[in-house]
Amino acid sequence: MRLLNASGCLDALAAPEVARTLDVFVTKTVTPLPREGNAPVRIAEVDVGMLNAIGLANPGAEAFVADHLPRLAELGVPLWVSVGGFAVDDYVAVAEQVSRDEVEALELNLSCPNVDEVPENVGEVVAAVRKVTGKPLYAKLSAAVADLAATAQAAESAGADGLSLVNTVRGLALDERTLRPILARGAGGLSGPALRPVALAAVYTCSRETRLPIVGMGGVATGRHALELLAAGARDVAVGTALFADPGAAGRIREELEAESAALGFVNVDNAVGAAHGGTEATLDPGSRVLPEKALHMEANKAG
Amino acid sequence: MLRRERRSVLAAEAVGPYTLLRVDRGELEPGTPGQFFMLEAPARVVPRPMSLCLAPPGELAFLIDPIGPGTRALCALQPGDPIGIVGPLGNGFRLDVERPLLVGGGIGIAPLPYLSDCLGRPPAVLGFRTVWHAEAAALVPNAEVVIEPTYVTEAMHAGHDVLACGPEPMLEAVRRLTPRAQLAWEAPMACGYGACYGCVVDVDGRLERLCLKGPVLAAA
Repeated sequence: MRLLNASGCLDALAAPEVARTLDVFVTKTVTPLPREGNAPVRIAEVDVGMLNAIGLANPGAEAFVADHLPRLAELGVPLWVSVGGFAVDDYVAVAEQVSRDEVEALELNLSCPNVDEVPENVGEVVAAVRKVTGKPLYAKLSAAVADLAATAQAAESAGADGLSLVNTVRGLALDERTLRPILARGAGGLSGPALRPVALAAVYTCSRETRLPIVGMGGVATGRHALELLAAGARDVAVGTALFADPGAAGRIREELEAESAALGFVNVDNAVGAAHGGTEATLDPGSRVLPEKALHMEANKAG
Repeated sequence: MLRRERRSVLAAEAVGPYTLLRVDRGELEPGTPGQFFMLEAPARVVPRPMSLCLAPPGELAFLIDPIGPGTRALCALQPGDPIGIVGPLGNGFRLDVERPLLVGGGIGIAPLPYLSDCLGRPPAVLGFRTVWHAEAAALVPNAEVVIEPTYVTEAMHAGHDVLACGPEPMLEAVRRLTPRAQLAWEAPMACGYGACYGCVVDVDGRLERLCLKGPVLAAA
């Protein structure tokens, strides 16, 4: 299990000490041309999460490679680049430019809710990018599609190496007094606690319907939340909104996760992967679990 | 250091319509006047940015206007309640000024008491909507108070180095009068350290994250 940040939820150059708490840093989405992003107001908290409509603000692929990438490489944290665009050619162009030695993998942002242009068919984008890069390709999908399993399978057939699940879903918040949308763009992407069951369902489904490793994300704020995503079938976990309140969330979640999984009798965190699918699923090695009593006994021995 | 500290609420005192929330300082540094802290409000998803109002020994105090669910939850905190806090963050006021004049409007007076302490209690001009709101002026020494429909710009004296915080129309008016002023701005923020990209404002024709560039910006 690796702990990542959700793309767009951390600026590693502004907060390098936070990036260094992660096993992998995922960049904000890079598009072919620079984008200033949406006008403010860009964020709003709601009772069950927060909305954002940042609008893929980024320096563009050329400046990213020339200016940001060398500095990100100095962090000493494995680096994934989130690749975005508005047409197949955009993804291909960015993927070609950022497939550098410093970059471990690419995450294709196929699901940003905050831009007007809709990316084309997921399978088409993945297949086209697959042709121009040897980097591992993670397809980041939204759960807000009619048939997520089919979308995930399309990504798999097209050559994706993994899935990042899930991106935000669209939500709206109205001002208390004026009843007008708070965000300048109207709607925005909903993240935080409300997204957690959505993410769990998406991970659960896609881990059954594809063989791809999954980075689970959506509302993870505690070790228990991370454990549940692993149990649903995620191999790795990303933290997003929780980083805003707690810059030390990654370290804390890692500690809590180890304690939670041990308390439930897993000899290590990775043994919890797929637990939600029961003993008949190929993802769970039946021999990997020990009884809670035995785990406690082992803990006692270790402490002694 | 970017770390969420767990502190305790010492007191929550009413000041006109506002609440002065006193928090146990612990190892936290008060920072420069105009810098801010992210305060976690009970049951809310993201913390709220608050500039430091006062820094008495062992305390950090924040003046809060209960205008939304987060600020209302902060104002409802009781002595002994735990509170998550990150800071100080951002860039505060430059203190190398010769003839300081503090200018504040409404809840925008929040950073001025601490600023006044650090600058040796210079003169201040404070504007409020009502006499009730103006009770907060007691926190700022040597303050001249105006109530709407009189505006602070009508009471500002010439020849001063202006350090101002208040609503946007007030800051724009101050900027027009004194292009060399230092202005503390406000924007919705989820993180306070550049991660959420939410708090952008127009700085010289570009959208910049206020938490990193500000919240105190040169007027021109």
